[in-house]
Amino acid sequence: MTDIAGKYTVEPFSASTEKREKFNRLLKKRYASEARFKMWGIAAVSVAVVFLVLLLGSIILQGSSAFVTTKVELEVSLDREIIDPQGTNDPMVIASADYNKILRNAMQSLFPEVESRRERRDMMDLISSGAAFELAAHVRDNPELIGQTIKFDVLTDDLVDMLRKGYIERNVPEEDRKLNDFQIGIFDKLVASGALYGTFNTELLTTGDSREPENAGLWGAVVGSFFTLVVTLGIAFPLGVMAAIYLEEFAPKNRITDMIEVNINNLAAVPSIVFGLLGLAVFLNFFGMPRSAPLVGGLVLALQALPIIIIASRAAIKAVPPSIREAALGMGASPLQTVLHHTLPLSMPGMLTGAILGMAHALGETAPLLMIGMVAFIVDVPGGFTSPATVLPVQIYLWADSPERAFVEKTSAAIMVLLVFLVFMNAIAIYLRKKFERKW
Amino acid sequence: MPTYILIATILVLSVIGYYMGRSTAVARNGGKSKGLHSLPGYYGYYMALWCALPALALAFLWLVFQNSIIEGMVLGGVDVQNPSLFMTDVKNYVENGIASGGVTDTLVAAADRYVSLKQYSAIMLSIGAIALAVVGLAYSQTRVGPTLRSRPKVEKALMIALMAASTIAILTTVGIILSLLFESALFFEKVPLTEFLFGIQWSPQTAMRADQVGSSGTFGAVPLFAGTLLITAIAMAVAAPIGLMSAIYMSEYADRRVRSVLKPLLEVLAGIPTVVYGFFAALTVAPFVRTLGQSVGLDVASESALAAGVVMGIMIVPFVSSLSDDVMTAVPQAMRDGSYGLGATKSETIKRVILPAALPGIVGAVMLAISRAIGETMIVVMAAGLSANLTANPFEAVTTVTVQIATLLVGDQEFDSPKTLATFALGLVLFVVTLILNIIALRIVRKYREQYE
Repeated sequence: MTDIAGKYTVEPFSASTEKREKFNRLLKKRYASEARFKMWGIAAVSVAVVFLVLLLGSIILQGSSAFVTTKVELEVSLDREIIDPQGTNDPMVIASADYNKILRNAMQSLFPEVESRRERRDMMDLISSGAAFELAAHVRDNPELIGQTIKFDVLTDDLVDMLRKGYIERNVPEEDRKLNDFQIGIFDKLVASGALYGTFNTELLTTGDSREPENAGLWGAVVGSFFTLVVTLGIAFPLGVMAAIYLEEFAPKNRITDMIEVNINNLAAVPSIVFGLLGLAVFLNFFGMPRSAPLVGGLVLALQALPIIIIASRAAIKAVPPSIREAALGMGASPLQTVLHHTLPLSMPGMLTGAILGMAHALGETAPLLMIGMVAFIVDVPGGFTSPATVLPVQIYLWADSPERAFVEKTSAAIMVLLVFLVFMNAIAIYLRKKFERKW
Repeated sequence: MPTYILIATILVLSVIGYYMGRSTAVARNGGKSKGLHSLPGYYGYYMALWCALPALALAFLWLVFQNSIIEGMVLGGVDVQNPSLFMTDVKNYVENGIASGGVTDTLVAAADRYVSLKQYSAIMLSIGAIALAVVGLAYSQTRVGPTLRSRPKVEKALMIALMAASTIAILTTVGIILSLLFESALFFEKVPLTEFLFGIQWSPQTAMRADQVGSSGTFGAVPLFAGTLLITAIAMAVAAPIGLMSAIYMSEYADRRVRSVLKPLLEVLAGIPTVVYGFFAALTVAPFVRTLGQSVGLDVASESALAAGVVMGIMIVPFVSSLSDDVMTAVPQAMRDGSYGLGATKSETIKRVILPAALPGIVGAVMLAISRAIGETMIVVMAAGLSANLTANPFEAVTTVTVQIATLLVGDQEFDSPKTLATFALGLVLFVVTLILNIIALRIVRKYREQYE
């Protein structure tokens, strides 16, 4: 004992001050590096979160104005001479009359001082080119209005809308501007008289796509997405659940099931565009299915969602404790009865959660759908699984490619609509998980 | 009879079969269900399956093969130079009354034959399928009785269905490989493999007509591989440090409350559709990078690799962070305690103990992220360029494999031009590279997990 104590005696206090200071300096340095390291971690998380905020913020900032559109209230005199000179009251005759002329008359009565042909044309350019169709539809549905003078709100051209929202600079030289000084003068007079006003953009949510930004809507894409997801869910969910049941409950442990498992994991990581190539080569080219159809889009997305659903369903089945199975088997149920009557119902909430998350993923998928022709310009709202359609993300892609300024805010608005759907689906998934979460 | 009505009819018949099966079994057992081999419902299922399965199988096979058989029969009767073009004309004529080659007598005759064959086929299918369903019902009803072991039979059918469902994943992979290989083989008949893999000139525009000059198209894919690598490298330069440091912060430093807020926030990044990132990259980040570059005197292309790469990097952050988080949490607490016991600070423990222990898993996570970056399409389609530049300058526009696949295939295409087929060769390269990355990464991650369990 004494030997050891003698060997390792602490040096006298005075002699170690230098060492102690050295140690303290080192310790300080180590603590500083500790703080620095932690700060790097906070910085990394903040960068990601700041980026997320910027992304969502810029989209909401750009997109929220698209929910307001600009209309102008016109006094239109529905002249029987122009609409239906023979007095047939035939809807076909009424619908095919020259409503542009009626609108022209209405604008000219507002500004009788405008006389030159060019200025009149410029003036008419302020009104949406779809306005005549709107008026035609209105008169066809209400033929009793013929001969009267009514107040009718028409959409303005997208440039007027942009001017009202301040996206067109007034102080740039006239030749660099999309609207000339005369048109801006008319605009100001309309604003001053109160005829021109902003209102909620119902078109955006109720109509199909259009080349004219003011008439372009999302409803066609929403319906297309719906049909596509119905096909995806209808195919991927039953197949995924069945595969999960087999792999988890019945599959013997051998090389084939091992291969299937590796395969499923790899399939989940295959680039989505490769699924598009598969759809093009197999469904379109080999089976001759129709292009641009939700049916084919749904099939491709189903193949892509299948691994996600299988993995989620297997996790849900695994979470059911073995005692339940043993009890059922003990009561004389067959293995399949055990699964169908006990394991499956108990794991269904987990499977549904996985399926909804898979569907949310499929809803945001764009690339494979480009391959199978869902990128076509489609005005009509799709009526079924085989009619040509587009989906929300592809609509976003198409609008983002359009050169008009008005499509920038439309694209952002479309993204907002898509994100609302995604948030909604994820919220359902979280609710289901919370509600049916069970601790065994 | 339209297909869906036919299918509905078969399903209605099988529902009828279910009730017939139940009542027949009970009736043949003297009006009581006791003493039957299986529960009465299983006799119902037995008959329903016998009714629906053969009929639906017939309908499926018929629908798959009817088009090619009908087309063969139509084409067999005429003598034309380009059968596939002629067939398209016939279909167009039947549907819209127009044809590209003008309406000729042969065309009208073929169209009439086509329409009548289609009608004939539809009628035959309806009769055949419904007859098969009824025969199935009749046959199975003769077999229903107290001694029929219906439950094992029904369960066997279900088991086969379950097994079949689990092979769909394999079929998908086989389908991907076969379709890519098949179309790529056609491509490599026209363009030699060495030119594709080592050529440095990519201009896929081919001649529309045979007599056009100077537009035969060259398919050297090296600029695409280089562009893909450049953007992937930029993305990983962003994603790897941010993802790793976030994972370290969240698994080691943040307390439960902070973690429960931050983790879902980061996962939101993974849930945002890529088309949204693409729009953001093209509209906000690219102009920002451009003005930033110009303010320091750099010449930045409006579709720079940098903008696309940075945005892609942020998108990938959650893939890196959540997987690394998992592997770091899996490092046993004893290893941390040992390090603290020796007087190490937290950061020293992380750097000297946890990171080395979790390294294989982190490498796996990064590899998965790289494979995701290589395969990402929409961000680069919208924010990176189309020009195939062979450059390592992140301020220039480059193009990637996925961009070329997406842009060459969008729009109308014929399956015999090398331009279309090239996309399948590119797809094959993409598939093989990502597959190798995935297999290695998954193997590393799995092996590592087993180590500490």
